[in-house]
Amino acid sequence: MALKDMRDIYNETLMEMAENDDRIVVLDADLMSSNGTMPFKERFPGRAFDVGVAEADMVGIAAGLSSVGKIPFAASFCSFAGRKTYDQFFISANYAHLNVKLVGTDPGVTAVFNGGTHMSFEDGGIMRNIPGLIVFEPADGVALRNLVKEAVEHYGSTYMRMHRKGNERFYSENETFKFGKGKVLQDGTDITIIAVGLIMLREAMDASELLKKENISAAVIDMHTVKPVDRKLVLEYARKTGAVVTCENHQVNNYLGSAVAEVLSESYPTLMTRVGVPDKFGEVGDLNYLKERFGLTASNIKGRAIELLRNRDRLRGGQR
Amino acid sequence: MNNAELVLLKRKAKEIRKLTIDQIGYLGVGHIGGSLSVVEVLTLLYYRHMRIDPAKPKKRDRDQLILSKGHAGPALYSILADKGYFPKEWLHTLNIGGTNLPSHCDMVRTPGIDMTTGSLGQGISAAIGKALGNKIDGISSYIYVIIGDGESNEGQIWESAMAAAHFKLPQIIAFTDYNKLQIDGYTYDVMDLEDITSKWLSFGWFVQRIDGHDMQAVDRAIVKAKDEKCRPSMIILDTIKGKGAFFAEGVITNHNMVFNYETAVKAIKILDKEE
Repeated sequence: MALKDMRDIYNETLMEMAENDDRIVVLDADLMSSNGTMPFKERFPGRAFDVGVAEADMVGIAAGLSSVGKIPFAASFCSFAGRKTYDQFFISANYAHLNVKLVGTDPGVTAVFNGGTHMSFEDGGIMRNIPGLIVFEPADGVALRNLVKEAVEHYGSTYMRMHRKGNERFYSENETFKFGKGKVLQDGTDITIIAVGLIMLREAMDASELLKKENISAAVIDMHTVKPVDRKLVLEYARKTGAVVTCENHQVNNYLGSAVAEVLSESYPTLMTRVGVPDKFGEVGDLNYLKERFGLTASNIKGRAIELLRNRDRLRGGQR
Repeated sequence: MNNAELVLLKRKAKEIRKLTIDQIGYLGVGHIGGSLSVVEVLTLLYYRHMRIDPAKPKKRDRDQLILSKGHAGPALYSILADKGYFPKEWLHTLNIGGTNLPSHCDMVRTPGIDMTTGSLGQGISAAIGKALGNKIDGISSYIYVIIGDGESNEGQIWESAMAAAHFKLPQIIAFTDYNKLQIDGYTYDVMDLEDITSKWLSFGWFVQRIDGHDMQAVDRAIVKAKDEKCRPSMIILDTIKGKGAFFAEGVITNHNMVFNYETAVKAIKILDKEE
């Protein structure tokens, strides 16, 4: 049976929680049909607000709702949720210590045919600069369901980067998740691949298979929470494998790769490489074209991993 | 409002004006212009209209005020101190490191502040959220918002103007402090707001335009706004920036002014001599 779209799991989770928790409300900016929240609006018409094409207003309204005790989930594409509403989210929600759950959908290259204007490689990075904000990106439907629940439990604003259409399956139904606690999907001894988000975790898993054929044992970690990043796990695996590759459907600056680099350089200097989008704008195309274009593929991860290990061995004076 | 009540409220407004001049003068610099132009409306709201309890500043069904032009904080702090939300001594800590009274309103630091503001344009959106949340919970309190004329240049003001009307929120009663000055000069030179009445009317609001320093007129406008059953209200207050301070009133550069405490004391003495 085909897996449900991530957006439908988002909606279902909110509907399920909203039945017993009247604090939960939903906001969209003329993208309810795109973000999957129409059924929520049908079930709870008084608690779902489509504000029209006005993302800044949406976030301000969400802050107001939060100030009277509601838990608003406000969604738009990453490009708008992340870039257009930054000041509203920064001041009205975060500086005010309110509880707004902002959701950016269609992360990075998954904006496909909407092209460069709608393709956000920066949103996670700029969000990481907001003090105290939780920034996370679930890699499959199980993680999404659990982390949305975790967001409701947590008082304080959060930013979720959410894959919208399609889904993956990395976890069993009864898996549990905590913000700031990464998941080891596969253990390994030679190199650690740390990935975030649906498409990059899939590529990372595939890359580990490719590396296995080269007799390289790669650990794969799902770093679903980029802020706060799981320092303990990063350091544990840096010590264990001595080489780290990060993988993100995002610009390599300021998001996962940077977060991991900060931990390593300050606490346990380890050779690493960042697979992700270089200092570039997005562009239009289908998913395969864009993944190739920006190097977000298992074969690129494999190549970069091997290069990293060679460099490390060269620095150690050995050969590989 | 009968005459005796009016006399008392006018006296209160003068007291608040004096406290505000004293507060900013003690520090020696601050947003004197835009603080003094909203003294009358704030006095009427806090001493006549709002259902509030200073002992329970977070009471769920209270009326709320969002000072969207957050830089007028000092005027509101004078009132909150006078009402007992915090000690009056705090007023002399304005903007000093570690204070609970920053230039711009901060709901985390200051008891009685209902919304954090300062980045202009965001207050009506927050008011919509509060009103929608109250509606869900069956609470019928009023959400008052004060925006600035310069602030009305912000696009978000008009996004929220559209939304408040669309969501049919008569419990939102907003005011524009139309003092005709913004940082770079007169509003009609920097970014003309006219025809401001038609603008708000066309966005679907119940609009009144009055002299913002005429307390009887402001009171009547608030009463009429409360009677409105379908539309949010916009009360445009024609005001004078820096009203009541001889060194600031109508002065084009009075947005954020440097003046010493001696000047503040002199301004207060002049106010005392007026009837």
